[in-house]
Amino acid sequence: MKHKYTLLIYTENHIGLLNRISIIFTRHKVNIETLNTSASMHGDIHSFVITIYTTADKAEHLRKIIEKQVEVLKALLYEDSQIIAQEVALYKVSMRSIGKNNIIEQMVRNSNARILAVNPDFIVIEKTGNQSETQAFLEELSVYDVREFIRSGRVIVTKPMRMLDDILREMEQEEETN
Amino acid sequence: MKFYDITGAEAIARALIEEGVNTVFGYPGGNNLPVYDSFFKFKDKIEHVLVRHEQGAVHAAEGYAEASGKVGVCMVTSGPGATNLLTGIADAQMDSVPVVCITGQIGTKLLGYDAFQETDVVGFSMPVTKWNYQITRAEEIASTFAKAFYIARSGRPGPVLIDITKDAQNAVLKEFEYVKCRKIRSYHPFLKPKPEAVEEAALLLNNARKPLIVVGHGVLLSGCQSQVMQLAERINAPVASTLMGLSAFPCGHELYAGMVGLHGNLAPNKMTNECDVLLAIGMRFDDRVTGNVEKYARQAKIIHIEVDPSEINKIITCSVAVVSDAKSALEAILPKLQTSIHPQWLDKVAEYRKMEEKTIIAKDLDPEEPKLRMGRVVDVISQISGGNIITVTDVGQNQMASARYFKYTSTDSLITSGGLGTMGFALPAAIGVSYAVKDRPIVAIMGDGGFQMTMEELGAVMQYKLPIKIVLLNNSYLGMIRQLQELYYGSRYYFGQMDNPDFIKIAEAYRIPTKRIQWQNELIPAVNEMLSTPGAYFLECVVETTENVYPVIPAGAAVDEQILI
Repeated sequence: MKHKYTLLIYTENHIGLLNRISIIFTRHKVNIETLNTSASMHGDIHSFVITIYTTADKAEHLRKIIEKQVEVLKALLYEDSQIIAQEVALYKVSMRSIGKNNIIEQMVRNSNARILAVNPDFIVIEKTGNQSETQAFLEELSVYDVREFIRSGRVIVTKPMRMLDDILREMEQEEETN
Repeated sequence: MKFYDITGAEAIARALIEEGVNTVFGYPGGNNLPVYDSFFKFKDKIEHVLVRHEQGAVHAAEGYAEASGKVGVCMVTSGPGATNLLTGIADAQMDSVPVVCITGQIGTKLLGYDAFQETDVVGFSMPVTKWNYQITRAEEIASTFAKAFYIARSGRPGPVLIDITKDAQNAVLKEFEYVKCRKIRSYHPFLKPKPEAVEEAALLLNNARKPLIVVGHGVLLSGCQSQVMQLAERINAPVASTLMGLSAFPCGHELYAGMVGLHGNLAPNKMTNECDVLLAIGMRFDDRVTGNVEKYARQAKIIHIEVDPSEINKIITCSVAVVSDAKSALEAILPKLQTSIHPQWLDKVAEYRKMEEKTIIAKDLDPEEPKLRMGRVVDVISQISGGNIITVTDVGQNQMASARYFKYTSTDSLITSGGLGTMGFALPAAIGVSYAVKDRPIVAIMGDGGFQMTMEELGAVMQYKLPIKIVLLNNSYLGMIRQLQELYYGSRYYFGQMDNPDFIKIAEAYRIPTKRIQWQNELIPAVNEMLSTPGAYFLECVVETTENVYPVIPAGAAVDEQILI
């Protein structure tokens, strides 16, 4: 049975590391659904958040192979129930299609979205939420002329209270010094 | 020690010397010439071996690494030089061989603009390297080389590639100081066996009534042959070996059960599915070992000792995983083991061996058969040498005959391409072995197919007067292909047959002493002559063309469904 899994990967911030990680998915014929990469709380440690649909066994296998890469500090695997996740979506709607109609403002308010920019030709609406929420809002907006739509990868926080520092400390303990 | 105002190229040479490298297998080209030039200054410290094709350089580095226990080093130029390495790097990755590959690269400013002999070596070698890195500034040389050697040899060893732009080779370093790498924050290769796993493993072994030990390459890599012996003798367990683990346990030992897998011995394959505890040490349950995974050792509790956490439960779900190098694991388990005996269980080894002896081995080794057979050739080499040689094999029937019939008496005596199954491996790997081992004869056994893939390396054998005994088992077929076509494709031998050149003339062209034999009565004198002739020797054995390797586990069958014919 395939499920949605989120991988949280802590790495060094080096050129080529994204490639080293992404080819692992290629080799296993698993599609990357979303990907977000940024600096972590520790400025010199990078984090990747990758979502995939796959089986439990394969997800764990992928996690181990990723963690095995020399410049990966830790790879953690989560199901949706173990994390709090958010995505951000931007919608560019043509002004002409809106006209004098102010219902759109109400739609924005009702969906907890906000207007990010207003321009003579278009407005930009921003909405955060999970994928189904940002998707539902896109469908709602489809009565207007939505010219562009883009959705970010996931940002997540995990429910366990363990911090990156704890993880790093545990790793030290597991290893003998050479 | 610090050095001042040296070029990047000289820094590379000094880094290699600091890492204890005294042999480099390589091929020069436009984009590594500065390093070659710097080697001139260090020719008393670094011996460079000019191979004839870059694939040969990396296989030689593998052979050197396997035979010496040190990191093997090869150095080639950019573009085609680098792409030609790929097969060997993949081979080293599959078989956990520590090699450092150094590739030259075009100047930094030209990167990505399709300059002459540019190729994205970092990109294309990524899936088959343990680590790789492109150096574009001479200042990165010391730390990168230190990291490369540390990564290649620690934990589960593997290939590392360093790509160095030409401008970084030419740049002058104000100061160069080499400090060996001892730690990398994101890399933890030295895992300690967890005490609870050790306890559980010991408990299972102490209660086992039908224990079976399977040793893999990890035993050789971690150097725990004596611990394996102690453990086996303590609990009286038969010891089987994977292809890559061969010679870790002496074949003549009363507990030795043979090789597992597709063309392995009947006893360990049958007993895999009869044992109650299977202790797997430094092996990874390759499909050639397990046969049908669903029917592999289902009745047994499996203890998996393995240095690479990603191997645990990858193919076979184990009852206990001891994650550490094999030596540390065995040292932790050994004091907890009680002596036990299982005479009836051990008798099974002899029983199954007798069955295999009668149906297969007797025929393969029959001294009365007038025509030469592969097994008999290997057997005679084994007997005459007393096992005290290093065999390097190619891939295919020649490899299986060698694995099945060479009686390994001392450790580290087989160098072969296991995981990747690289035809053409034997000759260049033997070249590498000859630089690592000076006190034992080196016999490279290959078929006519594999030999023709890398036979240009006879040039290196000639130029450096390498004492390699080449045994060509010539059946004028891709023998394993022919066998598969006979068994599974209605004997349609489509493109498995080869019109071969006169191999003797080829070897003679390289000024190597030769002999061609095709009858059994010529075999013993020829092997004697080969082993007593100083330097290189080329022995062509024209063997039976339609010989098959048996026993065999048919596709999709379980290990205990191995067929004897």
